[in-house]
Amino acid sequence: MSDDLYQRAILQRAKGPAKRLDSPSASVTVDNPLCGDRVTLDIKLENGAIAAVGHLVRGCALCQASAAVIAATLPGHAPAAADAGREALDSVLMGGIAQAPWQELAIFAPVQRHRSRQDCVRLPFDALAQALAQAKT
Amino acid sequence: MGFDATALRAEFPLLARGGLHYLDSGATSQLPQAVLDAVMAFESTSRANVLRSVHRLAEAATEAYEGARSDVARYLNVASDEIVFTSGTTAAINVVARSFGDMLQPGDEVVVSQIEHHANFVPWQMLRDRRGIVLKALPLTADGRLDLAALGRVVTPRCKLIALTHASNVTGAVTDVASVVSAARAVGAKVLLDGAQRVPHGPLDLAALGVDFYAFSGHKMFAPTGIGVLWARKALLEAMPPLLGGGEMIRTVTLERTIWADVPHKFEAGTPPIAQAVGLGAAVRWLSALDWPAVSAHEMRLTQRLLDGIGQIGGARIVGPAGLQGRIPVVSFDLEGAHPHDICQILDGFDVALRGGHHCAQPLMDYLGLAGTTRASLALYNNDADIDALLKGLDSAAAKLR
Repeated sequence: MSDDLYQRAILQRAKGPAKRLDSPSASVTVDNPLCGDRVTLDIKLENGAIAAVGHLVRGCALCQASAAVIAATLPGHAPAAADAGREALDSVLMGGIAQAPWQELAIFAPVQRHRSRQDCVRLPFDALAQALAQAKT
Repeated sequence: MGFDATALRAEFPLLARGGLHYLDSGATSQLPQAVLDAVMAFESTSRANVLRSVHRLAEAATEAYEGARSDVARYLNVASDEIVFTSGTTAAINVVARSFGDMLQPGDEVVVSQIEHHANFVPWQMLRDRRGIVLKALPLTADGRLDLAALGRVVTPRCKLIALTHASNVTGAVTDVASVVSAARAVGAKVLLDGAQRVPHGPLDLAALGVDFYAFSGHKMFAPTGIGVLWARKALLEAMPPLLGGGEMIRTVTLERTIWADVPHKFEAGTPPIAQAVGLGAAVRWLSALDWPAVSAHEMRLTQRLLDGIGQIGGARIVGPAGLQGRIPVVSFDLEGAHPHDICQILDGFDVALRGGHHCAQPLMDYLGLAGTTRASLALYNNDADIDALLKGLDSAAAKLR
């Protein structure tokens, strides 16, 4: 039952390189109080769009993969795409589909059956929302 | 008396049905049939409120509740009027931090350690912020034990209380209580032990330990959730103000004032967790009947197997004492390149229940430089098949995650 969480797509994303940004528009660190996992997310805004996302995760494979999907998906999109990403994730975690450009979030479909692990996937999106709020101020 | 590990495991219905390697007893232990029967018998034959009504059912309930108090007192070798029932260890320590804590003056010192569970850390930080006391933390040694050599430096004449774990919920290290008591006595300080992890591993003689407060939970020692114990010396309980006001903790109430009930009822406001207390009483009676040298030898043999097996996994490192000396059967480890929650999730696929994370001990994790550890916590019902399943699953998790 647990093995489906650790399919190749998630592990590849989790093991992929994580990179911080040198001069981000905003940078936030959030903790998961349950497990102590920590996500640092950087965003760089240019001309009203997200130019780059950096991330560093001290956390589990699910959390690492989620941050990596954000970093791979978001650049080139307007900040509103972050909200769409959160909605797409919620949809996937409730058995639905993820709309473009967030189709890759479908790799987290098995997490639907592991309630205690859903926050692991959500934590990078929490960080993203906070980073965008910080960038606006 | 003898000891039959297979027969003992069979007394636990949840484990007897098979298919589970439960190695998370440090979080919550399973219940033996004797405890389940006691709770069911109480609820179906004696359920009533305690210390109130005079009808026969109420008498039976009060007798069962106070009988449980006597059973617990016998298990700890103390007087039963020094046993305060609480909801658990956290509540027990909070009672001391609020009540004994309110008797402290600004500048008085409380000493904890960096290995403490948050339950024995946060209440003292709250007391510090409320009363202006000074909170100090004993450092740790390289192998994850309390650095008792630092006691002489940390414990000053302003110290009023040393509050430490009796056995770590992360490293399994057992505290050398005699050194702590000696350091406390030298300056007139009291000693509190968080015994949550120690109590499931054999009877205690609190009188011989020489401490002043002892806190533990029922659910970690084969009893129901929602019941725990604060033991304190009677003179201390009598001097301490009650924490909660209400029914059952009073002798007389007038419009002008209230006179408290005698201890321990002064600290048990409201209807207590009666069936849970009855379950705790049954648990300590059940524990008292065991052949403890044999049980301990069984637990330690499995612990040694675990330590050896983890040691053979590449990139794995035991967090805490490497040997059996001065430890309970709680083993934490770090597997390089693999997160504890991922390990636990994969092990769940092998029907092995483990705990991963910071174990409510974030100051310890900061010291170790880790986000968390993976922990196998054993109890008397574990067997070789549990260890085999864990080690097999760990091999698989290591291969998958790294």
